[in-house]
Amino acid sequence: MLPPGVSAADFEAALKQFQEAVGKEWVFTSDEDVALYRDAYSPFWGEKDEILVSAAVAPESVEQVQKVVRTANIFKIPIYTISTGKNLGYGGSAPVLSGSVVLDLKRMNRILEVNEKNAYALVEPGVSYFDLYRYIQDKGLKLWIDVPDPGWGSPIGNSLDRGGGYLLAQYRNHFDSHCGMEVVLANGEILRTGMGAMAGAHTWQEYKTGFGPWIDGIFSQSNFGVVTKMGFWLMPEPDAYLSGTVFVPRFQDLIPLVETLNYLENTRATNGMPDLGSPLLGIPMISELARNLTQAPPAPAPELAALLAKSVAGESPELQEYALKNSISYWSCKLSFYGAAKANEANWEYAKEKFSAIPGAKFVQNESYKLPLTPEQREQVHKPQFGIPSLAMFSIGARSATNPEPTNGHMWFSPIIPRTGEAVFEANRVFAEAAKEFGLPALSFSLPSCYWERAFIYIFAFPITHDVETNKKNRAAFKRLVERAAEHGWGEYRTAPAFQDTIMGTYAYNDHALLRFHEVLKDAVDPNGILSAGRYGIWPKHLRGTKA
Amino acid sequence: MRYARIFLMVALSVVLATQAFAAPDESQLERGHRVYQKWCYPCHGPGADKPGTASLAARGQKPPALEDRTDLTPAAIKIFVRHGVLYMPTFRKTEISDADLDAICAYLTRNNKK
Amino acid sequence: MRLPPGVNAKDFSDALKLFSEAVGKDWVFTSDEDVNLYRDAYSPFWHEDEDPVPSAAVAPINVEQVQQVVRIANTHKIPIWTISTGKNLGYGGAAPRLSGCMVLDLKRMDQVLEVNEKNAYALVEPGVSYFDLYRYIQGKGLKVWIDTPDPGWGSPIGNSLDRGGGYTPFRDHFDAHCGMEVVLANGEIVRTGMGALPTSKTWQQYRYGFGPYIDGMFSQSNFGVVTKMGFWLLPQPEGYRSGTVSVAKHDDLVPLVDTLSYLMNSSIVQGTTTVGSPLLMSMARSSGMGGAALLTTPKSPSIAELEKIGQEKNLPYWNCELHFYGPSKVVDAQWEYAKERYSAIPAVTFQEGQSLRFPLSADQIEHVPKRQFGIPNLTVFGMMGRTEGHMWFSPIIPMSGEAVFEAQRVFGQAYADMGVPPAETTFVFPSSFFPRSFVVLCGFPIAHDVEKNRKNRQIFKRLVEVAAQHGWGEYRTHTAFMDTVANVYSYNDHALLHFHETVKDAVDPNGILSPGRCGIWPKHMREAKA
Repeated sequence: MLPPGVSAADFEAALKQFQEAVGKEWVFTSDEDVALYRDAYSPFWGEKDEILVSAAVAPESVEQVQKVVRTANIFKIPIYTISTGKNLGYGGSAPVLSGSVVLDLKRMNRILEVNEKNAYALVEPGVSYFDLYRYIQDKGLKLWIDVPDPGWGSPIGNSLDRGGGYLLAQYRNHFDSHCGMEVVLANGEILRTGMGAMAGAHTWQEYKTGFGPWIDGIFSQSNFGVVTKMGFWLMPEPDAYLSGTVFVPRFQDLIPLVETLNYLENTRATNGMPDLGSPLLGIPMISELARNLTQAPPAPAPELAALLAKSVAGESPELQEYALKNSISYWSCKLSFYGAAKANEANWEYAKEKFSAIPGAKFVQNESYKLPLTPEQREQVHKPQFGIPSLAMFSIGARSATNPEPTNGHMWFSPIIPRTGEAVFEANRVFAEAAKEFGLPALSFSLPSCYWERAFIYIFAFPITHDVETNKKNRAAFKRLVERAAEHGWGEYRTAPAFQDTIMGTYAYNDHALLRFHEVLKDAVDPNGILSAGRYGIWPKHLRGTKA
Repeated sequence: MRYARIFLMVALSVVLATQAFAAPDESQLERGHRVYQKWCYPCHGPGADKPGTASLAARGQKPPALEDRTDLTPAAIKIFVRHGVLYMPTFRKTEISDADLDAICAYLTRNNKK
Repeated sequence: MRLPPGVNAKDFSDALKLFSEAVGKDWVFTSDEDVNLYRDAYSPFWHEDEDPVPSAAVAPINVEQVQQVVRIANTHKIPIWTISTGKNLGYGGAAPRLSGCMVLDLKRMDQVLEVNEKNAYALVEPGVSYFDLYRYIQGKGLKVWIDTPDPGWGSPIGNSLDRGGGYTPFRDHFDAHCGMEVVLANGEIVRTGMGALPTSKTWQQYRYGFGPYIDGMFSQSNFGVVTKMGFWLLPQPEGYRSGTVSVAKHDDLVPLVDTLSYLMNSSIVQGTTTVGSPLLMSMARSSGMGGAALLTTPKSPSIAELEKIGQEKNLPYWNCELHFYGPSKVVDAQWEYAKERYSAIPAVTFQEGQSLRFPLSADQIEHVPKRQFGIPNLTVFGMMGRTEGHMWFSPIIPMSGEAVFEAQRVFGQAYADMGVPPAETTFVFPSSFFPRSFVVLCGFPIAHDVEKNRKNRQIFKRLVEVAAQHGWGEYRTHTAFMDTVANVYSYNDHALLHFHETVKDAVDPNGILSPGRCGIWPKHMREAKA
């Protein structure tokens, strides 16, 4: 197939130049090879609208990237950049514009520097979390990386799509933890941001903003340049780890629970990622999820099951009475503490003191470890909480005792809601009603996650199937959920290409002023519109308006 | 003598170039094991915490860990790697090259009954 | 009447009339007396023609008036220079970069729009000062802290957009912001992050919104007029303590800083720490030589000699004060742990600092270093000595002892090469205003003496070049040196500046917003200079 708007002659000429730039074996054009770039979890599986790829090019160095981009610019070939292309659930390795040429940076997989004293790394896009972890382990450096679940993605790719992890707040916000970038622009020029703009800089990975406007953010969730290097701040290996869980008895206790949690988190009394659950409603904490699928949790007693079925948005007077009578807690919150052992203990004591203001609050101290973990301990823990990459999270969707009919993948609906118990209650009411309205399976009560400081994020999985009708229905429901969330002031933080226009459409303040600003930038820095057309709703001029 | 040595060096460099990711003196089985460890083990290694293994176990496959199997064929392995199945995505040639894939097949079929 | 560059008298007169209609006659300033109030009070061009003098100043009271003013300026091609509270003394004050610009003075937009105690954030307008925000919070009895720079009369918005820093855990002011509202050159309003969602409930809770994160473009630049910003605040901690670590030998600086780095990167030590030298300060005072000269003249004492003097007089070679915020038992444990880590340095000594619990009493407030607790003040002005002002040379160096040694040697040598009198040289003592790096703040005195100022400007520019040769760049600079500093960020033939210019031409085609800020000039002025 040809890229849209490109003649056969131009495409052939471009492919020839791509081959000269990167070597013949690294330009993929056969049906078999380009099929590898389809979104493995495509919500358009088998439909004519499914996104296809005309070719893929895999450079090995920045110089080759520049040549490829220059060629693309001359022949106006739309290219779509992937780092490791493992963005499953958010589009995978496929472009937004069908027929694009994928620029696959996986072969640029050098770890350029890891500085133990100043705790930073400088990497190329093809480096995975596994690669960086192994490098650090092999060299015996006392540094931790922050990994998402799963861990085979790219620190560069993940942070540019605004992914998150599990350690201290400033590290688990992956984009925030970066320091310094190198970018190839649409005209093939290289630019370095922050202190990197000074030739011979000594602080490229030590001071983020350099001099003048700090532009790094425009290269995230966008298509203004091809990022070819990024620095990241790493976490020095802490002395020890401790976790403790607080349990509260009543439905309404979620409100003071979250307020107290916020206070503790914002003052850094607890510095790990808080983890919410509900013993009563059967909502496991994130750290329990993978374990739950290898050892299925016990089914609720029949009486409880019946009460749960009859409850509305997670509550009923009878359910509350049952909980109190049987001493089953309504909510749990696991806190993690990283640091000096005595400080961890003192922080946990302090946390208990603060939570004790909630009548009936109970506490359980969980495991504590002196760090580094022993090999045996490494196998027992929820690995991402210790900076260890893993693919165990795939257990959630995979076939198992509790999931005998797995799907072909998932896509994430991920709205941000305020950090309050009231917002959790409201979101559940609203989404449960919406699920009914939009013909989705009944939505049981859900709890958000604390990947981000200061906000809650809900991550709902929509199944991907190989049935066209089901997928169509799910896509329509997804879009309606997006709109319903927007009506309530909740926006998504990230999404798959299938929904990027829809979601960007909700960020409509002052007649879509923000998108129009993005378009002004796009037209200025990529006038031929060759870079990742359509990413996050930003279309080049010649394609704008055709994508209504 | 000199020309023979140069010829040998040239020949070796050609061989090495075609196996771009082979470590020097690495046999195909060693390469297969190395690539398997990097790309496959996290999901298909032994243990209930490995999603691929757990999934195969839930389907009644015995043994569920791929390295322990004696009935896999290169054709089947290649289909799974290049087409995926359920949650398992496809793997690109910039991740697992064709030569790497051949090596994985050699590794996973090493114990097949002849 | 002074005219803006490139604007004729009739157009300017028409525009002034329209500005008066937009904001009210009383808030358009054109008399010499009024306009002089917008000159840089610490100008390094005092009495010289180059001293930037505005043509006029306009002070709107709300966003709608800002939009009107910007639209009029755009139509009539009047260059405007935005100030929030205009207290950027040491970096240019209230004055524009280019003489003849009209100042857009946002001081009257002084609403504290929201302070949310539970979720610990504030949303403010540009004219709000740190003092204003502090008083608002105290007035309502809210248990949240702001982070204030020295001094505290500046604007959270203005200061963070110039990327200033403070002293408490939220000391990186730009980093602490969440959500912005911006008026573009065409008068349109854009809200960033979650603010772009019209009904948003999380504008001050989640920074990034959806799509590219553009906020950084509006800091240290001229791509838009910021009219609202959100900031994350620190909930009042239970307690605080400090402790000082002192070491005896020159080379001990290396492990002193390495350990500091570890403690900071682990969030154990929070807030800004400055590394000092009681020994060198004492030597500088008693010898009458300025700091840098003490170390770099032929007659300078050797390290061994200095260490001997230090031992005899019981003066540590280096020390640093560590700050811990949190529950009392926790901060005590953190300090114990810090001492444990520092004990690897032979002959290290510790001084117990202050232990406090919050809230502080009125009496306590009078006796503590206020900036350490987010209490705005103007104390720093008392430390400046008898000068007419100052300007800051502020390079960033790596957070390591080795970098400090190199910086002291390099800048000391540079002063010597330029014939700066020894008594006028300053030490290089680094501070950790920003995580992971040191800022070296060197104050240059401002005089009302043309020769002195000229000479100091030359020295400043030379220091910028010397710093760049050693891989150190400034994090912020005075309007007088913005081109010089922007010029050393020259990787790949000034690719970054060219990118800024591409953006500038796209978002502000008439080049009306703060021309020349951080070296970014609009197209017609770039072409005129070429």
